[in-house]
Parts: sequence; C-alpha cells; structure tokens
Amino acid sequence: MELGPYLILGLLEGLVTAAVLALMALGLSLVFGVMRVVNVAHGEFFMIGAVLAWWIADAVGSHPAFAFPAAGFMAAILIAPVLTAMLAMAADQLVLKRLDYDPERTIVATIGLLYIIQQVTLMSFGPDARPVEAPFNHRLPIPFVEWRAGGLQAGGLQDGGWQLYWPWGLGTTSYKLFVIMAAAVLITLIWLVLTRTRAGLVMRATRIDRDMAQAFGIPVGRVYAAVFGLGAGLAALAGVLIVPIQQAHYLMGHDPLLLSFIVVIIGGLGSLPGTVVAALLIGVGDGLISVFFSPTLAKIIATLGVAFVLIFRPEGLFGGRRQ
Amino acid sequence: MTASDKMSTRPGRLASPGRRDLIRKLGATSALAAGVGVMPLVGGYHQARSAEPIRIGFQVHRTGIGAAYGRWYSRTTDAAVRKINAEGGINGRPVEIIAEDDGTDPKRGAEVVEKLATQHRCDLVFGTLFSHVVIGSSPRAGELKVPYFVVSEGHHVASGMLNRYTLQPGITDVKSQVQAMAPFVANTLGKKVTMIFPDFAFGHDHRDYFSAAIEAEGGKVVAKIAIPPTESSFTRYFPKIPRDTDVIYHVMVGPAVLTFVKELGEFFGPSRPAIFGFIDSLEAVDMASPGLEFLEGTYFWEGNPRYAQANQSAYDKAYRQAVGVDDNGASISDARDVSTYAHMFGCWETLHIIKAGMEASSYRGPADRTGLIEAVEAMTTMPHSHAHPQGDKVFNGRTHQVFGHQYISKVENSRLVLTHTTSIEDTIYPDEVDYTTQSF
Repeated sequence: MELGPYLILGLLEGLVTAAVLALMALGLSLVFGVMRVVNVAHGEFFMIGAVLAWWIADAVGSHPAFAFPAAGFMAAILIAPVLTAMLAMAADQLVLKRLDYDPERTIVATIGLLYIIQQVTLMSFGPDARPVEAPFNHRLPIPFVEWRAGGLQAGGLQDGGWQLYWPWGLGTTSYKLFVIMAAAVLITLIWLVLTRTRAGLVMRATRIDRDMAQAFGIPVGRVYAAVFGLGAGLAALAGVLIVPIQQAHYLMGHDPLLLSFIVVIIGGLGSLPGTVVAALLIGVGDGLISVFFSPTLAKIIATLGVAFVLIFRPEGLFGGRRQ
Repeated sequence: MTASDKMSTRPGRLASPGRRDLIRKLGATSALAAGVGVMPLVGGYHQARSAEPIRIGFQVHRTGIGAAYGRWYSRTTDAAVRKINAEGGINGRPVEIIAEDDGTDPKRGAEVVEKLATQHRCDLVFGTLFSHVVIGSSPRAGELKVPYFVVSEGHHVASGMLNRYTLQPGITDVKSQVQAMAPFVANTLGKKVTMIFPDFAFGHDHRDYFSAAIEAEGGKVVAKIAIPPTESSFTRYFPKIPRDTDVIYHVMVGPAVLTFVKELGEFFGPSRPAIFGFIDSLEAVDMASPGLEFLEGTYFWEGNPRYAQANQSAYDKAYRQAVGVDDNGASISDARDVSTYAHMFGCWETLHIIKAGMEASSYRGPADRTGLIEAVEAMTTMPHSHAHPQGDKVFNGRTHQVFGHQYISKVENSRLVLTHTTSIEDTIYPDEVDYTTQSF
C-alpha cells in the first residue's frame, strides 16, 4: 500500500483505539483525582462491561419480542455500564471505604478485586471469547487521489491529472466510525457535567479538599461511591463499545489497563484535557506505528514515552504540581 | 484397588498385623503414598491390583488461550475412555482420567506434568495441544521418566527437539501437513503467497516448513506476518500484505480467531485474493457467523472434516455420536457450541494407541513405562477403524510421529465441503531424529 492510504488507515485504526482508551482512562483519572485511589481493577470493569454486553445481547437477542438486530446491543449499552457501576459502588462500600481510602492499602485491595472479578467471570461465563453483533456494520471503502501522468493509454490519448481511486485494503466500517463519534460525545458530556453542574462542583470540591468539603456538608462518602461507580461505568461503556469489534473474553482487561495507566501518567493524573490529549497521542501513535512498523514497536514506544514523562515531567503533560 | 483395600493399608486401621508392620518398616508416613508406591513390593497383592485403574494424567487447556480446544479435548477424551472401559478397559483394568488445567501456560504445564506424575501417581501424561506448552513440559516429563503422549501438531516431536518419553502417535505434525498442502496452493490458487501466522512455535513451524514446501512447488512466500496469539485486534497487521499477493495463507489461534477472520474480510472488501486457511483460524467458530460471508469459495485445511461428508465412514459416524457432535460439527446439546473437530480426534486415537501399547507390553504399573514406550515405537500401520476414525495412519517409531491423510475443504453455503484428500505419502519427509537410540 502507498504512503497516503497507509496514513489514513493508521489514523482511523488509531482513532478507534484512542476513543476507547480516552473513555477508560477518564474513569481511571477521575477515580484517582477525586479519591486518590489507584484502581488496578479498572481493566476488569472494562472486561465486565464487555462480558455483560454479550450476556445481555444474547438474552435480549434470543427473545422473540426483540428480534431486530440492534436490540441486543442497545439493551447492552444501556444496562451493562449501570450494572458495572453498581458492582463498583458495592466494592467501594465493602472494601475501599473500610480501608479508609489509604493509598497503599487500596492498591493491594484493588489488585485483589482484579483477581476476584476475573476468576468469577471465568467461573460463571467460561473461558471462551464471545462475539456481540454490531448494530450496524458496513464496510466503507475510502477513495484516495493519485497523480496520473498523461499520455497514450489503452483508452486513447489522456490528460494527466489527479484522479480518484480505491486503494486496496483502505477502508473502515460504519461501526468503527460510530465508536469514535460516541466516545467524543460522551467525553463532551462528562466535561459538561464536571464543569457546569452541581454534581460536578461537588466532585471538584471533594477533589480539591476532602476535609473542607465535608465541613461544608458535602457527603464525601457518597461522592466517593458515586465517583468510583462512574469511573467503572466509563470503563464498562468502553468495553461495550469495543465488544462488537473485538470479542468479550475474561482476560481482555489486561492490555487496556496498561494503556490507560500510560495515558493517565502522560496526561497527568486527574486532568481531563490531559487524559483526552494523551489518549489521542497514544491511540493514534499506536495506529500509525502499528501500520508502518509493528504493533509491538508501538507498545515499546508508548512505554518508553511514560518513562520519559516520569523523568522529565512527573506531573504529566497537563497535570498541575501537587502540593 | 477398592476403598476397603486402601483402608487396610492405612497404619492404625483394622488390618492384618503382617501387612501393617511391613508398611511401617518401609517408612510410609502417608496412607496415600503407601497405597500405591509400596504396593508392588508387597507379595500377594497382585490380585487386588488387577482392579486398580490405569491412571492417565490429562494435561488440559481448560483456561487461557487454548480453552476452546481444551473443552473439546476433554469431551473427546471422556468419550474415548467410556468406550475403552465399556469394552473391558486396558489389560482388564479400568481407565481413569485425572485432568489438570495448565492455563495454556508453558510454566504451569511443567508443574502440571510433575503434579500428575508424582502427586496423582499417573501411569502417564497425555493430551497437551499448544506447542509452547508441550515444549515447556516435555523436559520435565523426561526428567520424571513419565511417558508424555502429546496431541499437539507441532513439529517439535519429530524434529528431535524433545526426548524419548515424548510421543505424538495420534495426530500429524505441521511439517507433514503443510508439505501436503503446498502443491494444492501452488497449482490451484497461486504462486505468490502471504503467510499470516501466530507468533509462537506452532506458527513458526508453519512459516518455516510451508515456505520451503511452496518453493519446492515453484511458488514463493512474498510476506510473512507474525501475530501474537494473545492479540485482539488485527487490521493494523494487514497493510503489510503486498499488493501482488495471489494467495493469503492464514493460520491463527487464540480466543480472538473470529475477530481475526472478520477483520481480514473487512480489510479486503470485495477485491480479495485467493484465500487458503488452516481451520485453526476458525476452530470452535460457527462458519455462519456474521462477517464470514467473504470466505465463500475459499479453502481450508482440515485435520478431520467438521461437517459430515457424503462419503462419511461408519467409523466417523460412531465417533461423532460417542463424542456428542452433530453433522455440522457442533455439540448435540447446543448447536452454537462448535467443536474443534479437526484436532480433537487426536485424543481419541492417542488413547486407543495407549491401550494397544499397554496390551502389547503387558503393562502393569509405572515400572513398565519403558516397555510401553518401546511397544508404541514398534507400531507401524494403523488401519482406518473405530480406534482411528480420522483415517488410516503410519507411525514412525524412530521419530515418535504419526503420518496420515490431510483434508482440503471448500466453503460452500457456509459449510465446509471436502474437495481433496491427500495420500499419506504426500505427507512423509525424511527422519530428523532416531529417539530409539536414546537411552531411557
């Protein structure tokens, strides 16, 4: 394939990665920002979202009343993140709260949570990868322009000029475009909630000074539970969005967790714009490097990027210096 | 050994003083260790031992990337054991399977072999599929001197990389498979081939031996694309496919195989080259899954035809029924639970070979393990039969590898229709090792 079409394919693939990553990392960043909890189980909430999506889509899809193809997916995208958020809130109340949100002990606790969720999923859903049918999935070939030299050709004498053609392998699917757009809409919504609503104000107040917020009558315990639920819900949403492209599998949370940590560290923990920019950087970078070189190299470079950020700008690209 | 026999060997229980003293003198501290480990030394127990089951340790990929294979390897193994036991067991003794999950992980594989051999005191270990697990486990089996019957397809047995305790008598290896496929690919589909394969031992066997085989046919591999078997997204790998490719040769394993094939279709759209795949890319996946329509008219290697064919043998019919597989290759109880039909026959056939080997060597216990290996090494032809439902085979005792027919099927109306069966001669290559010259 030629350079131009390569670039577009890499960009599109990278944008899908970035979209999912941004949603997931946003959840991770939110939880850390407000609660100071490094949630190692975040990838498992992503996995739970995907597995629940399969379960819901399968149950709804096999019901005669909902026989149209998008029904299963629509039910999944509405229900799965809510269920996951409830699970996370329960974990917050049962585990994290009892550890008094101590930074070190919550890390260990969320590692435990990771294994519990993973193994319970394995025992109940089994070890197989499960597909969910996309609500719509059309292949969209993408045209490209190339310079054709003029001269005598099969059809007679032709003028030179730019011509449209359909490069081999250059295309995407309508569903992948939907994922990119859905993520953009969701991130805008979250930004609006955080900056323009009372709930957002409460969250920001809790983040800036927990004790002062409590003194002003903010129910910090409930805010924590809600934030942990929201963070897990965002990861689950990312899982639901990705599952028609990939498949639901009990081990699928591992890579996205690593990438989200990379994104959050590069972007600056707790910074929303930083998270989005870093997700784009990592996602699109991953797409381009994967297409031109190899996906393994893309991961190596991303990890190297984290190392450099930690050395030269430990607070992240957009993070403010911590007191 | 019955439960009451076990009780009688337990120190401090009601037992004849003579036996009890003997066991105590031997220093057996645990009742279980005394149960079998010491038994051969105790005169007069042979009668009781005849009813003691033959314990076959089953190293199974119940979780991890091999889970779908593991599920069906289990079902096939259980069905074969039911059949063998119903026909009187082995040397009059029932067969007992002790299954242990290895998580499709080489490190755990070695631990599982050890656990089966020492803790469960299995007579032998059997059933491993994934090549990296076999390569990780086999040295331990050799050290413990426990026969290790793998059902793996990897060329590592016949290449001489492993040891005398490791045998592959129930399934053919990749080298012989691809050697038999190369003429078909070169003469029917095209000469310029791009290979897409999983990036571990099994995939490397494909890469190395198919490249050599296609060159022998005047063809050429124009690109080799290795993909980690844990990968979940594949489109990013496909731009490496050169534009002048005539044939895509794909073989993939892992939980994401359906995604792999779907994305391959989305990448090419309507202008795809010819496609030849190993069914591994779609084992345990329904051929009628959405997104696989583009496979219509493409070809697959099959170790054993998934769909019951027009010329189905009575042996295949009985085997299919025993395992619980319908004519479409799916579970009788759940049409969506598609089997790994191209591979799992290997478990059935291997267990029958173990039976034949134990009977030929009058196998009685772990002391006769080397006799069992020598008996299997002495095997040559294996006729198409209820013990070998996939077809007749030729076993090479020197390389510990079996050779058999290979099948090429074409996708027609989302079904695999058998179009070509290779001869066994097509699959044979010169020996690379002679394990029989190695000491035990």
